[in-house]
Amino acid sequence: MSDRPIATTRSAAGMPTGKLAVWWVVVSEIVIFGGLLASYIMHRLAHSDWGEQAAHTNTWIGAFNTLVLLSSSLSAVLAHKAASEGNGPKAAKLLWLTILGAVTFVTVKGFEWAHEIELGYTITSSTFWSFYYTAAGLHAAHVIAGAIIMGIVAVAAAKNRELHRVELIGIYWHFVDLVWIFLFPLLYIAK
Amino acid sequence: MAESIPATPELAHDEHGHHEQSFASKYLFSTDHKMIAKQYLFTGIAMALIGGFFAYAFRMQLAFPGMDIPFFGVVSPGEYNSLITNHGTIMIFWVAMPIILAAFGNLVIPLMIGCDDMVFPKINRLSYQIFLLSALVLISSFFVEGGGFGGSWVAYPPLSSEPQYNLTPLGSSLWIGAVGLEFVAFLLGGINFITTTMNSRAPGMKMNDIPIVVWMIVIASVLFMASVGPLLAGAIMLLFDQNLGTAFYDPTRGGDPVLWQHLFWFFGHPEVYVVFLPPLGMVADIITTFARKKLFAYRTVLYTVFGTGVLSFTVWAHHQFISGIDPRMANIFTVTTLLISIPIAELMFVYIATLYGGRISLTTPMLWALSFIAEFLIGGVTGIFLGASGADVYFHDTYFVLAHFHYTFFPIAIIGFYMGVTYWFPKMFGKMMSDFWGKVHFWGTIIPFNMIFIPLFVLGTAGQHRRIYDYSHFPELMTPGMQDMRVFATMSLLVMLAFQLVFLINFVNGMIRGPKAEKNPWKANSLEWTTESPPPHGNWPPSEMPTVYRGPYEYSVPGREKDYWPQNEPT
Repeated sequence: MSDRPIATTRSAAGMPTGKLAVWWVVVSEIVIFGGLLASYIMHRLAHSDWGEQAAHTNTWIGAFNTLVLLSSSLSAVLAHKAASEGNGPKAAKLLWLTILGAVTFVTVKGFEWAHEIELGYTITSSTFWSFYYTAAGLHAAHVIAGAIIMGIVAVAAAKNRELHRVELIGIYWHFVDLVWIFLFPLLYIAK
Repeated sequence: MAESIPATPELAHDEHGHHEQSFASKYLFSTDHKMIAKQYLFTGIAMALIGGFFAYAFRMQLAFPGMDIPFFGVVSPGEYNSLITNHGTIMIFWVAMPIILAAFGNLVIPLMIGCDDMVFPKINRLSYQIFLLSALVLISSFFVEGGGFGGSWVAYPPLSSEPQYNLTPLGSSLWIGAVGLEFVAFLLGGINFITTTMNSRAPGMKMNDIPIVVWMIVIASVLFMASVGPLLAGAIMLLFDQNLGTAFYDPTRGGDPVLWQHLFWFFGHPEVYVVFLPPLGMVADIITTFARKKLFAYRTVLYTVFGTGVLSFTVWAHHQFISGIDPRMANIFTVTTLLISIPIAELMFVYIATLYGGRISLTTPMLWALSFIAEFLIGGVTGIFLGASGADVYFHDTYFVLAHFHYTFFPIAIIGFYMGVTYWFPKMFGKMMSDFWGKVHFWGTIIPFNMIFIPLFVLGTAGQHRRIYDYSHFPELMTPGMQDMRVFATMSLLVMLAFQLVFLINFVNGMIRGPKAEKNPWKANSLEWTTESPPPHGNWPPSEMPTVYRGPYEYSVPGREKDYWPQNEPT
């Protein structure tokens, strides 16, 4: 008898418990971002003048960050592939590559925000900028949290331990990625 | 997931139940679902005492304006607002949620589906710890400068967002922070409930063999998870409005105060069903046990509840009929609101059909279960007046709304709590409570409850507005007839509060000196009654984990000697 509760060894729904739980986490996150973005969209539809303010966001920096995040999802998938083949060290390396993407994303975002605040566009400038900083900030917090958890998973994976977690953090990472796919057009492209 | 590494001693032992645990790891940092259930239960009871005390203070002020109230003193207008706000907040978020959902969910899910613990015991413990922190944050908000938040439990901006209106700059931020933390705690707990039930059922337990109360708790957790997100986002926006100077809800600077109302009620209405479904499920399990009869239409109950859950997401704007929403929109929400009474009525009929022809024994839990049906029915029927936008324009913000609300939430939070505690007390503590004193407490609670709120219905139809600190300033609301009813309601509240002492004494006395409970004192079928009372760590010895052969409601099966048929008994 192992030291784990018997409950964790069962799989009546035919899906590993950890994976099931991560999907439910994603569901709860979808409604959080869903509520925020729905609020933004309703406001935006009622205020045609927001387009002018959105014109001050830097689409090219946003596009670069989109590319960075999308590429980091690719390395997360490759890490999952390596982990499912039992190659822990390789999975760990690919996870560190993904974390590098996260760090790049957050750093670029930091410079972008610093520049915008310098120009006078702060979180209190207008409701558009309030949404801009709140939504992107909440997303960035998820990027940072995801990267930290990924680091923990990568350290274990390098020792060939808990390899199933590589897939779990991958699911979460794709979700974080997907949120940005919604944020980028809403905050940067629609002008 | 981090919880599968056995890092703490209580998980790192080989045999369940043969391990000496220190006081701290057994009672404070336990990962055992039964102990976490008790932690939620006792925290909830403590918060209920605070919430009840608040009700006592403001009801005394309403009956005897300006009086020096025993144990409280004179209630100032600001204190009055804070008392009603925090009475509502505490009773819903820190009593109904932890007791009805978390305490009973933690207690019954692993026991009823036949496994030894939740699938994520450490996340479960973390959930309770965050919940406890949220309770402490809320309590601390009463003592900061300016006092506790007084903008009502629905926290509409601009009252909640602008310190110059609410005069509680710190109290309102601590309030919203506490509510936010509490939501995170129940999200974590909910994920545990859902995954445990989906994945860890005993061998042989099919979907249709799951006791209704477990189904209800799981559906409630899904509803909570699917509805709370927008309000969490809204809470972040409110915090920013309060502290950073953003203007999400400020119409003078491009925001919209009605946005908060949408976000709040998009959560707020499913939330009613989040706390309503678990006690509704308890009723199913209790009435079948004490009527010795099979549940009428098990699958219909499930489909009906799925339908209710879906519909509950489409009714929220019935709280906003006078908030300036489009009257055409109000029509749509009237229709959906009246629609949702159909499945609920159906469930009532299912329960009555279950009782019909049964051999009913009126034990204390059975009395509570029956009173739940009766009292909630009044709450449901009066809700139809409020769901119809035309009538609601008149009733809105009167005591009619308040009385309707309490006819739904009193059954949910208070009757649900007593129903569950008296039924599962033997399993929780291994002792029996006194049935006689249980019944004394039952009648001493139910009769005054109706005596409090029936006068408030009458006052509401006479036009008594809700949010008034001192009616003596409004001569048309101070006729002797109206004031007499307020005094009557307050007196009834005092009687009801006094009778809660009977429960507390019976509860503590039962825990300490009650006769020892056998495994299955009610002769019920579900799996929790097949193990010791109280169950050992791990619930069953590893070699005796139950296997399930049938549904939980096989009572009085023809041709059997015994009138019950436990789920784990081989055919």
